[in-house]
Amino acid sequence: MDVSKITRILVVALLACGLAVSAAAQTSVRIGGVMTLEGPFTVLGQEAVRAMEMAFEEVNYSVAGKRIEWIKESSDGRPDVAVGKARKLIEQDKVDILIGPMSGGEGLAIKEYAKSVPGKTILNGFSAAQETTLVNPAPNFFRFGTDGAQWQAGLGSYVYDVKGYRTAAVVAGDYSFGYTQVLGFMTEFCAKGGKVKEKIWVPMGTKDFSSAIARIPDKVDAVYVMFGGADSVNFLTQYFQAGGKIPIIGGSNVTEQTVLSTKGPFQRHIIGIPSAHMVADGIEDPAYLEYVAKYKKRFPDGLAAPSAPFYGYYVATKAALTALAQVGGDLGGNQGKFREALAKLKLDTPTGPVILDENRQAIANIFVTEVAQRPDGTLYTKVVKVMRNVNQTLGQPRDAFVARGVPSRDNPSCP
Amino acid sequence: MKLFLLATLNGITVAGLYFIVAIGFTLIFGLMRVINLAHGSLYILGAYIGYDVATSTGNWYLGLAAGGVSVALAGLLIQSTLLDRIQGQEMRQSLVAIGLSIVIADLLLARYGGLAYQFDPPAILYGSVPLPIVRAYPTFRLVVVGAAVIVGLVIWLLVYRTRFGIIIRAGVDDRPMLSALGVNVPLVSILVFGLGAGLAGLAGVVGGSALSISPGEDARYLLSSLVVVIVGGMGSLSGTAIGALLIGLAEQIGLAYFPTYSVIVSFVIMAAVLALRPQGLMGRPE
Repeated sequence: MDVSKITRILVVALLACGLAVSAAAQTSVRIGGVMTLEGPFTVLGQEAVRAMEMAFEEVNYSVAGKRIEWIKESSDGRPDVAVGKARKLIEQDKVDILIGPMSGGEGLAIKEYAKSVPGKTILNGFSAAQETTLVNPAPNFFRFGTDGAQWQAGLGSYVYDVKGYRTAAVVAGDYSFGYTQVLGFMTEFCAKGGKVKEKIWVPMGTKDFSSAIARIPDKVDAVYVMFGGADSVNFLTQYFQAGGKIPIIGGSNVTEQTVLSTKGPFQRHIIGIPSAHMVADGIEDPAYLEYVAKYKKRFPDGLAAPSAPFYGYYVATKAALTALAQVGGDLGGNQGKFREALAKLKLDTPTGPVILDENRQAIANIFVTEVAQRPDGTLYTKVVKVMRNVNQTLGQPRDAFVARGVPSRDNPSCP
Repeated sequence: MKLFLLATLNGITVAGLYFIVAIGFTLIFGLMRVINLAHGSLYILGAYIGYDVATSTGNWYLGLAAGGVSVALAGLLIQSTLLDRIQGQEMRQSLVAIGLSIVIADLLLARYGGLAYQFDPPAILYGSVPLPIVRAYPTFRLVVVGAAVIVGLVIWLLVYRTRFGIIIRAGVDDRPMLSALGVNVPLVSILVFGLGAGLAGLAGVVGGSALSISPGEDARYLLSSLVVVIVGGMGSLSGTAIGALLIGLAEQIGLAYFPTYSVIVSFVIMAAVLALRPQGLMGRPE
């Protein structure tokens, strides 16, 4: 077969695909999902797939009389990969709405990309870097989940007042989400008068934390740790193996269900670790219990309880579906009506109501927790305090909060 | 002082793990000139199989054995059914190996999911031992170094003190001549591939106990093996040991003293070696 013949076949095939797309566009809504199904956040990505699946099944894959077409792509947690996949979904697969991504740096990159596709709408999945929505937000990027600093609301005061910690060292992932979480924790802890003596930033991709652990000073009351997924398991294991005795304060994903469900010797040591997050396994609200029961019934091979990334993608998908239903599936006029509905949405979620601020960033409840064990041996996060309607500026005036600068390795600081 | 000592110890122990993974890689390359890009997948396959056996029998040592033996068998199968057919065609072999690694990774994800897994090694290997200055050090990390030394010795004896070793070394130098002398070279290749694969599987269980097993480890250990053998010299046993030590120490001391730049240190070493001595520190020029 000569080259021109191959080219001709390719052109025909391309045209056929294009026709199929335009024919389908009238009777269906295309929703894309970007999640991490590779790399250290794989388990988080699996939860994201389950979340979107459950949300779509609840409406039987149809909204306002239109069929939902769901196309998903996997990132590995790196910003450039996430943007590549978002591009592919929006530009080649022609999705109308995109849900994702998973991790902090990815979120920042996708927000910037969002500005170049003003006719599409992106709903954040689980990424929680603060500046994604705080600084130069994109008009078509919505985050129905709280950010990493909000997630730590109440934790700094709790460990200062109840646990009596006065000094701490920080060991955290060296990326935007890590900075955000440390800022959230330190804002309260330092305001109370606590001191953070040393911050140890560990590059992403590190598996062997032993030399970072060796740098933790002996004379602090507690170590604030911030890693997620398999990294958290590795850190905790190595910390206890090295004979670590200083009590741990957990960043949000350190005691998250994706970690608590992992079997291993580290589980013997983690009961009692305080943390805070936008979800908690121990919430006893009927709506939350129903949500857990639904998860367990639908995914018998899933985790012991729905995880935080599950919640993030579930709420984002629900928000998109609710707003779509409100506007009767009307995505015309560059999705203007749909976006207006999203901005005004007051969504009732399993953890309480969520509304958006003027930057399209969620205001919602946060739960301060401690790791505890159920009679059947499974670990869960027990609620010790509920912080209601936490906003992105953590209750401070917006101008003053923004003026303090975006979170970084050295901001904030209270040695 | 304490920090430096700890970082050095950590570097040596992590080098032990890198050595066990990379030695199989370099053996396979030395004899067959195959850059086995599925080596990381064999590592993680051994880890998962070892985990299943260790948890169902409750015996960590059985898990270790199962990880090594099952992956050695898988290696025999891969070489005899796939790679041996295209012997001498490097590009094809590499592509087949990459394809294989993607298939293995996805099958494992489907079977084991994305959660991290951890072995529960016997208590005697697991606690910490008292040491001067650094006070306590995790026992298992020392076990890793011990395992690396044993593996290194056994492989050295095999290659330099047995008839099989003579055949392997002859094959490295001149395959057609060895074949002409009546040695069944394809069979030797299959056995060496099995041995190299088995070492990767064994390393999987050791690494999974020292750290944890999770998706993505395959690419990580493939990369570390590549860096180690490029620095040490392709196909050289002593080079692999030196390469593993250099990379392990650079990584851990970097993490202790300048964490922001620790990721690039190993690559700087690799680039320097490639610039000054492209065949690797102990490698022979082509």
